This record gives sequence, C-alpha cells and structure tokens, in this order.
Amino acid sequence: MDFASFLIQTLNSLQYGLLLFLVASGLTLVFGIMGIINLAHGSFYMIGAYLAFVLTSATGSLVLAVVLGIPLALAFGAFLEWALFSHLYKRDHLEQVLLTYGLILIFEQLRSLLVGDDVHGVAIPAFLDASIQLTEVMSYPVYRLAISAICIVLAVALYYLIQRTRLGMMIRAGNDDRGMVEALGININMIYRVVFALGVALAALAGMLAAPISSVFPNMGSHVLIISFVIVVIGGIGSVWGALVAALIVGFADTFGKVLVPELSGIVVYVVMAVVLLWRPEGILKKG
Amino acid sequence: MSNMLLEAKEIHTYYGASHILHGIDFNIREGEGIALMGRNGMGKSTLIKSMLGIVRPRHGRVLVRGDDYTRARTFQTAQQGIAYVPEGRGIFKSLSVRENLLMSARAGVDGRREWTFDRVMETFPRLGERINNGGWQLSGGEQQMLTIGRALMTNPDLLILDEATEGLAPLIAMEIWRIVKEIRKTGIATVIVDKNHGAVTSICDRAMILVKGQVVFDGTSDEIRAQPELIQKHLGV
Repeated sequence: MDFASFLIQTLNSLQYGLLLFLVASGLTLVFGIMGIINLAHGSFYMIGAYLAFVLTSATGSLVLAVVLGIPLALAFGAFLEWALFSHLYKRDHLEQVLLTYGLILIFEQLRSLLVGDDVHGVAIPAFLDASIQLTEVMSYPVYRLAISAICIVLAVALYYLIQRTRLGMMIRAGNDDRGMVEALGININMIYRVVFALGVALAALAGMLAAPISSVFPNMGSHVLIISFVIVVIGGIGSVWGALVAALIVGFADTFGKVLVPELSGIVVYVVMAVVLLWRPEGILKKG
Repeated sequence: MSNMLLEAKEIHTYYGASHILHGIDFNIREGEGIALMGRNGMGKSTLIKSMLGIVRPRHGRVLVRGDDYTRARTFQTAQQGIAYVPEGRGIFKSLSVRENLLMSARAGVDGRREWTFDRVMETFPRLGERINNGGWQLSGGEQQMLTIGRALMTNPDLLILDEATEGLAPLIAMEIWRIVKEIRKTGIATVIVDKNHGAVTSICDRAMILVKGQVVFDGTSDEIRAQPELIQKHLGV
C-alpha cells in the first residue's frame, strides 16, 4: 500500500469511526445511565438520513435540512422518552427488547408509507462538493473531511457537557445513585429525558451527515445498530470516552480489514470485539 | 411558637406484607432539633423515607409547611428545603469532591444562599485538602463530611441525618458532632438518628423513641435524660 492510499484509508477510518461514535455515544449513555437496551437506536440513524432526504428535497440545502432536523430529532426523542421509554426504567431487559424491537418495525413501516421503499441520494452542499488532489490519480473528498471535523467538534462538546457542566455532573451522579440525586431535589426524570433526546439527536445527525455518502435506503439503521452495540461493549457500557476509543478502533478495523483481508472483512470487527472481551470483559473503559 | 415545617399524620408503611410503621405521627417546627431514637429495625429510617416519598406510605399524610406532599415525588419534597443524609452516605463515586458539592448547589426556599462552596470549605477544612479527589478515595469520615456538606449546599431549612457517625472512629465522630452543633446554631432544623444517645439529646431539644413502628415517647431532651429507665428499656442492648 503506498502512502497516498494509506492516508486515504486512514482518513476513511477516522470519518467512519467518528460517525459511528455519534450513534454509539447516545446508545451507551442510555444503556449505562438509564439501564435501557434500546434496539430502536439504529432507527434514529435511519430517520435522520430520511429527514435529510426529505428536508433537502424541500429546502434545496442539506445544511438547512440539518438545522431543521436537529430540533425535530430532539423533540422526537423527548416525546418518545415521555411516552414510552420512561415506563421502561423499572422493567426487565426482555420487555425493553420487545418494545424497542417493535419500534424498529413501526419506524420502518412508517418510513415505507411516508417516503416509500426506493433508494434515494442526497446532494452534497455545493461549498463542500470538492476534492483535494493527493496524487495525479488519487483525491480525497472535502465532504468526508467536513464530517470528521463536525464529529470532532461534537465529541469535544460532549466531553465538555459531561465533564464540566452541572448537567454533566448530574448525569454522572445519576449513573452512581439515582435515588440520591432525587433526594437532593433534582428531577432525575427530566435529566433522563434530556440525555435520551440528546442521544436521538446525535444518532439522527449521524444519519443526516452520512446520507450523501451512503445514500438513503430502507433498513439502513440495522447495520449501524449492531456495530454500535459492538462499540458499546468494547468501550465499556456507559462510558462515552470508551465509546470514542472503541468507535475509532472499529472504524480502523473495518476499513483496513476490507482493504487488507477483503475475504475476511465481514468478521474483522467481531474478532476485535472478542479479543477485547477476553482481555477486558468490562470493556476498555468501564465508566467515565 | 415557630411554624410547622414537616409533619407526618397517621403514617402506615409496609415493605411487601410486613407492616413497618403503625400509624406514626411526627412533626418538626422551624429551627427545632429532634433526636429520633429506637433500636435497629424499629422504623426510624422507614419513617424518614416515608416522609420523603422514597418509600410510599399506604395510609396517612405528609405535610410540608401545611401543604400536602403525600403523593409528591422525592425531588419535589426535597426542593421544599429538606436535605437528607442517608445511612450509608450515598457519595457519587464517579464525581470529584468538588463536583459532589457543586452538583447539588441551589438557593434555599426563601432564595437565600448562605451556604456557598466557600462556606462549606470553611466548615470542613479536611474536604478542602481533598477537593480534586474522586469520591471513592475518601475515608469514611471524609465521606460523611462530604454528604453533610453536599446537603448544606442546597441551603436547607431541615437537615435529616440518618446514622451520621455509624462506623466512624470516636475522634472523627466527635468532629462530626461539633460540626452538627455549629449547623444547629445557624437555625437549621435537624432530625438526627444515632446510636449515641448522649450526643444526640445534648444537640437536640426534643426526643422521640420508636418501638416496633410506634411512637412510645415524644418529649423534651431534658425529660428523657431524667428517665434513664426509659432509655434502658427501649434503647438498651
């Protein structure tokens, strides 16, 4: 592999890993803090991608679609937490899996009714529709670099929110002792609602950003869901930083796996997960 | 007489089929200090948890300043200026000492902010030395100081201490009592559950004894000190 291809694959790994981090960070927070296994989390990615398609078609701009789509996703997440997930906290995992699996079916059916089953493309915004020439024949799309940059900004913002703000302290405290947080006069249910809505919005944003490069198609959330659970398990349940490290590991393993050992590309990520679990059964970073 | 702060009327609480509290009446006025006494398993912690809505009483009512809080959520009752330091302390282990204090900070019911981060630091100088340590790195006494400090950060009108000196070395326990006395002087009402009857009755004006989920004594601390046979009968081991 020459240096230019290596650079391209490295950038692709980063971009893929960071995008997965957006989905997995919400999944690990909801799983770790509220104890909910949310199989429908991949659907939020799918919904984001379709929002990007529908809103871009309506407004003519992906940027506008994202600006409109994020508040919609936040509101949708807050509504779902209020209407459904808030009733699941004290239920066992089987009931959570049943409800959230049912949600996948409902979301896919709604998607089919509202938008249809065709594959759609979303145009890259004109100002990002360019490439950087690396060699005479190889170039790298600016849009992918932009995705990585947005994800890095969001990862830093998430770090700041969780480590430096009072809301973040309350979220982490809720992970330690939910009852004590409430006894201090803090409405823990409201905090859960915020965390859940945030998780939905991050997953939807990942779908919106991915729409132009992966296109928009039925069931696109299912692969992302599985790989996100792999990331949550590798990173350690409830650990956002574990999810970041794990997402990057998965991004590199998947991308380079496809290039170096194409015949095994389907299993490389799972081999990595198995090795990490043998080495550290609780994940790379337990909590944080 | 000052105003009523927290009242329980005819409280009956069950854990599953077992009947723990048998129609307890409890009340505390602003600024008052009550020593809540009784052997293990007599219902002291359950009474506190019932009033805070952590455990739901099956019958009876809970009033805060005369308003009904029987069905209120725990955080709503706590927001009425009631701070709770539970048995076993409940430190947030993934937060630093500083974060444990800052996360709970808020103004009191009347908007006052007497208890600031700096004042808690003055009251508990030992916490200042450990300000960036994680909650899990503290000794038992330091954890207790942190939970009391964290409760004070909510600028409460009522501080409930459940077994605050449990398992602490005598010198550390004395330090805790000294601080609780200081807090009492600021006019915060206090409910204290503790095995050290001498210490609690000297800090509190009133004493209550629970036996099998019922109140068998409710009077002044002087009255109970004048009846050592009562202490022997209901609290002796």
